[in-house]
Amino acid sequence: MRYAETGFNLEIDLTRGNIERVATDPKDTELYLGGLGTNAKIMWDRVPPEVDAFSPENLLIFSAGLLCGTPAIGCNRTIVTTISPQTKLMHFSMMGGFWAPELKHAGFDKVILRGKSPDLVYIWINNDKVEIRDASHLKGKGSNETAQLIMKELNEPKAQVAAIGLAGENRVFFASIEQGRSSASRGGIGAVMGDKGVKAIVVRGTSDIHVAQPAEFLEQCNEVMEYIKFREDHPIPGVIPILSVLGSPQEMMIHDEKWHTENFSWGNSRTRRRDYWTDEIAAEWMETLDSARTRMVSCYNCPLKCGATLNMPGLPTYMMKCFTKLTYTMAAMSNLDFGLTIAQKATEYGVDGYSAPQVMAFALELLENGILTEADFEGMPEKSEDRFFWMLDRIVRREGIGDVLANGTHWAAKEIGHGAEEYAHNNIKKHEQLPLKLGMLNPIYFLMYCTGEKINITQIEGQFPQAPFPKREHREKFVKDWFQVPDDKFKQYFLDWEPRGENSMPYYPTVEMTCEIVDWMEKMHYIDDALGMCAGLSSFHLKAPYHIHNYPKFISFGVGIEMDEEKLTQAVKRYRTLVRANNIRRGMRRKDEKPPEDHWKKRIPELEKELLDTYYAFKGWNNEGIPTLESLKELGLGYVAEDFINRGILTDA
Amino acid sequence: MPKKTIKTIRVDVDKCNGCRSCEVICSAFHAEPKYSSSNPARSRIRVIREPYSDMYVPVYAGEYTPAECAGRDKYTIDGKEYEECAFCRASCPSRPEFKEPDSGLPLKCDMCEGEDEPLCVKWCITDALIYEEREEEVDEEVEQEEMEIGLEALTSKYGLQQIKAVLSRMSEKE
Ligand code: SF4
Ligand code: SF4
Ligand code: SF4
Repeated sequence: MRYAETGFNLEIDLTRGNIERVATDPKDTELYLGGLGTNAKIMWDRVPPEVDAFSPENLLIFSAGLLCGTPAIGCNRTIVTTISPQTKLMHFSMMGGFWAPELKHAGFDKVILRGKSPDLVYIWINNDKVEIRDASHLKGKGSNETAQLIMKELNEPKAQVAAIGLAGENRVFFASIEQGRSSASRGGIGAVMGDKGVKAIVVRGTSDIHVAQPAEFLEQCNEVMEYIKFREDHPIPGVIPILSVLGSPQEMMIHDEKWHTENFSWGNSRTRRRDYWTDEIAAEWMETLDSARTRMVSCYNCPLKCGATLNMPGLPTYMMKCFTKLTYTMAAMSNLDFGLTIAQKATEYGVDGYSAPQVMAFALELLENGILTEADFEGMPEKSEDRFFWMLDRIVRREGIGDVLANGTHWAAKEIGHGAEEYAHNNIKKHEQLPLKLGMLNPIYFLMYCTGEKINITQIEGQFPQAPFPKREHREKFVKDWFQVPDDKFKQYFLDWEPRGENSMPYYPTVEMTCEIVDWMEKMHYIDDALGMCAGLSSFHLKAPYHIHNYPKFISFGVGIEMDEEKLTQAVKRYRTLVRANNIRRGMRRKDEKPPEDHWKKRIPELEKELLDTYYAFKGWNNEGIPTLESLKELGLGYVAEDFINRGILTDA
Repeated sequence: MPKKTIKTIRVDVDKCNGCRSCEVICSAFHAEPKYSSSNPARSRIRVIREPYSDMYVPVYAGEYTPAECAGRDKYTIDGKEYEECAFCRASCPSRPEFKEPDSGLPLKCDMCEGEDEPLCVKWCITDALIYEEREEEVDEEVEQEEMEIGLEALTSKYGLQQIKAVLSRMSEKE
């Protein structure tokens, strides 16, 4: 008997219309856990570097996390993995909501799509009955619209739908997969779904998910619930609002956007508006949000309700969470009302709320600077807000200039030429980043930006405070109940960290400490991504309910595999390395691992070199960022070592 | 006058965030052995959800009914149109709610017998579900009346003769 997992994957060959239920090997669970971990293994085994995003051989994997479907609170992530058309690397993007637990209850851990359907279809998984159904009547429909139409035509109000909009159908490189309240947005995975001819995957499941040690498992869940309540009553003082309370993050709840609007850059990630947040603006935005928001909504089995149901005048109801609240507003130099209005459309079209606004702001900059011309934008209205609507429509249809922009700033700039590349200035590994432009190099963030393979800062940061607290007494108070640290030395690092003077950035924390801090933070995200846990209850937060000390218990009691901190750390290291191995095989090297050139005004090349050298060594990677033969063998990844030798990536000396 | 405890769960639909934790914990509590599995399809509370219409109604499983209602009403609350069934507690042939998914046997909320507090309430920390207990004096006359109504219904169904026969058989056994 398998616990927590179902032990079966659903393999669908879209070219041939073949559907298979395939038993998985429990040994893989021990080695790679599940979710991202086992996805990385499947990608390694079956998607060689010659396969690109839009090859029929590319896989699109929807995986429930290992603990999804158990009572583990907030464990509801679907980890979608494929080759990204934008980065050309193995990409993994996640969505919360309700889809993953439903898949588990239907009897599957993963849905693995390969090939391409000649016609637009949707997949209907109703427990063990699986059908590929015609979706020609859904062509061009919005993602929410599609979900509602399908639930109606199947007469299944309890079915969960993951769908693409027009952007996915037209293979926009930043197309998302939408699921009502949640979405898997980064890396253009929606484009791969569209390329495969799949409009939606619909799932309904009514079978049991078992846990190995019921009473012990539930006790862990209850402890987490108690701690969530404790955190609700005790917000962390001295940090910005979204970091003081749990959630992923609570953007839809809070009104105070001083920090984001004044510290993040507007337009094409250019302009800091340091005195933007006035009382009038605060009042106007509060009015906008309060009148739009009819309810705070949660994901499956989570009390944190960090999403919102929004009703903008005259538009269909939609749901939102997180930072999309501000990205359109800031890119268009507009207000919150505009942001929430265009986001409704963007959600139906299914585009990433980080990339899409930035691509449009980038296009306008090219126009202003004469690199693109009025002729490229024929028919575009005058007002900034209207221009964004106009461009969005062109992009998702790939019409005119929209066809070029639909490939994201990196590829669009290459195609446009004439110096356009200078304007695609906010990318890492070809992927648009949060619009942050700061002063002094921050070594912790430097390493995270360079080496993060989800290529999104929020998906690697979290466990360690972003900045030192001004006074030692505050720091002492902070570390007092900081039991989440893997080792007490982290408390000391924080205690000694000063805003100014000898123990301050960029030389403190020291290079070695920085490596340890970054490694810890990354590790927690990778655990979440295998178990299906929301980062909003875990890796994204200081003092989170889930941490390195209770995770092994959740796995032991839930899955029935003996687990302790050491074994868990080793497993994470194994599949984290495997993610990297997939990308190394695709050509990723040290040269690609860098933050945007202008991310900090003050850069320190020698220190940056030392940081990267030391971190690579710390991780068991060579100077190019390639896992060494020795470290591969130690992790039981001999097959990767062999492949690297065969391909001449490493030599056997 | 004799007293009895009335157990009530107050449901505040405005506070419901649709998370279904109540369904998860209810199904786990009633698993055999306890907490060994979870499956919202076995839960004795169901959140009738229509996220795209912003409707969320947690409903408790009540009595089994062999036949569905002849007609259905619709309610408009705050501009949203709800089916009458959205508020109904019955395990009824017209819908899949409150039935074991495999056997189809009806499910009924037992207020988590043996626990200090219903677990769905405990896991609903947003307070959409609040548990209340109160003592109520039991008016014997009312009980008398209730019994009469019940007996009348039985009589009209089976006839007085048959009821009498059953009653005397029952009293012989005692
Ligand atoms: S914290 Fe927010 S995003 Fe995360 S599971 Fe809970 S409701 Fe969903
Ligand atoms: S646990 Fe509470 S908030 Fe969540 S669905 Fe149930 S009633 Fe609603
Ligand atoms: S009170 Fe107990 S039995 Fe009734 S619905 Fe809630 S959890 Fe289930």
